[in-house]
This record gives sequence, C-alpha cells and structure tokens, in this order.
Amino acid sequence: MEITHRALAEVVVVAPTGRLDYVAAGDFERTLMPLLEPAAGSGAGVVVDLGGVDYISSVGLRVLMIATKAVRGRGARFAVAVLQPTVKEILAISRFNGVVEIFPTVDEALSAISPAAAAIYRAER
Amino acid sequence: MKRVRFWGTRGSLPVSLTAPQLRERLVAALHAARGRALDSDAAIGAFVDGLDFKIAGTFGGHTSCVEIETGEQEYVLCDLGSGLRPFGQAAFAKHGPAAPQSYHVFVSHVHWDHIMGLPFFVPAYVPGNRIVVYGGHAALESALRRQMEPPSFPVPFDEFKAQFEFVHLAPGVRHEVAGMTVTALLQRHAGDSYGYRFEKNGRTVVYTTDSEHTLARADEVQAFVDFFRNADLVVFDAMYSLADAISVKADWGHSSNTFGVELCQLAGAAHLCLFHHEPASSDAVIAKLLEDTLRLEAITRTSRPLRVTAAYDGLDIAFPDQR
Repeated sequence: MEITHRALAEVVVVAPTGRLDYVAAGDFERTLMPLLEPAAGSGAGVVVDLGGVDYISSVGLRVLMIATKAVRGRGARFAVAVLQPTVKEILAISRFNGVVEIFPTVDEALSAISPAAAAIYRAER
Repeated sequence: MKRVRFWGTRGSLPVSLTAPQLRERLVAALHAARGRALDSDAAIGAFVDGLDFKIAGTFGGHTSCVEIETGEQEYVLCDLGSGLRPFGQAAFAKHGPAAPQSYHVFVSHVHWDHIMGLPFFVPAYVPGNRIVVYGGHAALESALRRQMEPPSFPVPFDEFKAQFEFVHLAPGVRHEVAGMTVTALLQRHAGDSYGYRFEKNGRTVVYTTDSEHTLARADEVQAFVDFFRNADLVVFDAMYSLADAISVKADWGHSSNTFGVELCQLAGAAHLCLFHHEPASSDAVIAKLLEDTLRLEAITRTSRPLRVTAAYDGLDIAFPDQR
C-alpha cells in the first residue's frame, strides 16, 4: 500500500492506494496518526481520499474511527472522499456511513471543511 | 460430526413475538396469498415455504444453546441458555426416564443468559443421567449452583438427580471428549469467555460467542484466524454492527457480522452462521443483517465462496456424509 499526503491551507489530505486490509491497516495507522495532531490543531481538519482504495477491512475502518475521534476531539473535522463502489458498500454495511463524514469528491470535502483549502485545490487542478 | 441444531440463538435475553407482531405477519401472508390457488395442503405448504422468513418464520427466541450431533450416543451441547429447556424436553421425550444418557456441555461463560436454562433442564432431574460441564472458568460450578439458591430459585442444585461432573479446560490444549477433539480459546468479554473448536473425522465446528474483537492487535486477529482455520461451520457472535462494536458499544463484549465475514474469509472457513442476535432486533432487522452480510461476502470474496446464514431457534445444519 502506498500512502501520500499533503497540506492544503489548514487541511491535510491523505491518499492511500491499494487494499486497506488487515495487514496494510497498520501502515495506514502509523502514517495517518502523526498527521492528525497538526491538522486538528489548526482547527480545520483531515480529508482521506479513498479513490485509490478498492477494499477496506474492519481493521482499516477502525483506523478511520480512531482518527475521527481524535480529530473531532480537537474541534476539527475528519472526512473521507471518493469512495469506490465496493468501499462505499462496506461502509454502509458496517454502519460506518453514520460515523464518518463522506463526500463524493475531495473538492466537496475541502469546500465543507475549509474554503481556503478548496481554493488551493482547485487552483492546482 | 453429523449436524448442528440450534435450540437458542438470541443474545442476552429471551424474546418472543407479540400478538400484534404475529397479526402483522398473518396480514402480510394473506395479502401475498391473494389470487393464489391454495386448494390443497401441498399448495398451502409450498406457498408458506416461499414466503420471506421474516413473515413465515422467526429468529426467536431462546438464549444460547446449540447441539452438535457427533454420530456417537452421547449428547454434546454448547451453553445452557433458555434453549436448553426445549432441548431437554425433546431428549426426555425421546428417551424417557428409563434409558440413562450422557450430556457433555461446553460453557462459553457463566453470564446469566448462558446458564439460565439449567434449572429447567428435565434430564438433570432424572437419576442415572450423566451431565459433564466443561469450561475455562474456575467459578463454573459455583455459578450454576448460585442461580438456584434462594431467593432466586425455589429448587436447589442438589435436587438434581443426575450425576454432575465439572471439567476445567485449559485453553489451547486439545482435549478428547465424546469422540471429538475439543480446543478452547480465551476470548475478550467481561469476566472472560471461551470459544470452542470441535473436530472429528476431518469435520470442524467452531462455536465462538460473546467475544469482542478490538482489532487493535494483529496477533489477536491471527489467533482467531488460526482457530477458525478451514472450519466447516463457524457459529459467530454478530450482535452489533462493526461501527457500534468498536465505538459506542466498545467493551460490551460482542462482535459484528462484518468481522465475522473477514475472519472466516482469512481462515478459509466454509460457513458463517450469525448468532447471539441483539434482543432489540426484530426479525426484519435480523433478516436485513443477513442480507447485508451476504452482500458483503459477495463483494469482498477473493477465493471460494463463504456460505452465510443467520441462526434461528430450530435451525438444523446437516453435514454431508462423505467424511
């Protein structure tokens, strides 16, 4: 699994790719967690772009749960975006669609969290 | 290993259909019958069999009690929930008081819903019967005795006429019982619980209920994958959704349909049976849980298909005779 991340204004966008299965979830957690503190501290939040993820396991969903709690606990927002059909169904069946904020696109997620971050994102495209 | 029969499948507390719920089903069934030619018993039977389970059936019912028919004379049971009462009635009706029987009972833990059937277990009052209770808890015998002490129950444990034996099973050790090899696994639950893996002649049944999976440690996940490895049937605690199990109901000691599918897929198990249903769930909710779980299995399948069912009181899962 490859995981990239970048800061857009006060939002961090994290983009894992591949299968977020119970083996890869450990790498995802180790990469994601250090990014949460500065992003949450800024008062804006974190967006996880799941467009490159074709499967997410329970262990991967647990990482999203932990991240959501950590970020929300700091008064910031945590969202996922660009769900592939299988991942979207997994989130619905596991009832995670009521736990994390879900957006169709990264642009829409950024717009909801930080207009400044959204503007940078659009300018880059 | 011939078959597995479910006498009690509900978690935490027995439930039953109410009169209004039954009426609602009858109305739905009669609506579905409109325009049908139901002019023979066979036609009526076929029509009823074709109705949705949530209309024509019910998930029940009694708390945990599962029978494993091993092919030997002796009975093997998992847990002593309220489903033990109808099992005991059936066994007594079959054998009567004059033909002593042996009952081997594997107790997951001694929370009330898993032992409440014992005071109503008719064979326990029959002289000559032998009841061997297996478990990992040091307090196994005292817990069974205590629930029958005043003021909780009017008949003390010592009124039982059957011969009782209590056997402590160390987890991770293979024990030979009733012609099977049985291995226990320590599970995460308030006061601990134990899962059981039963093996005989190449057939494997895993009974794992009241088991919480925090998903925080890879070695814990792997221990369950190994425990489920190539099982023909896994009876699995699917009381909550995954989201509930690891958030608002974390530390409540139960698991989810989602993680049941994953563990069985990783282990190469053949059949996942959702068990220990949430008592607040209606039949429609459990039917939807099953539908969702079937879909999850289909969209995440990477190798051979995993059969998925939802347990109900009266479910009988027979194994083919080839082994």
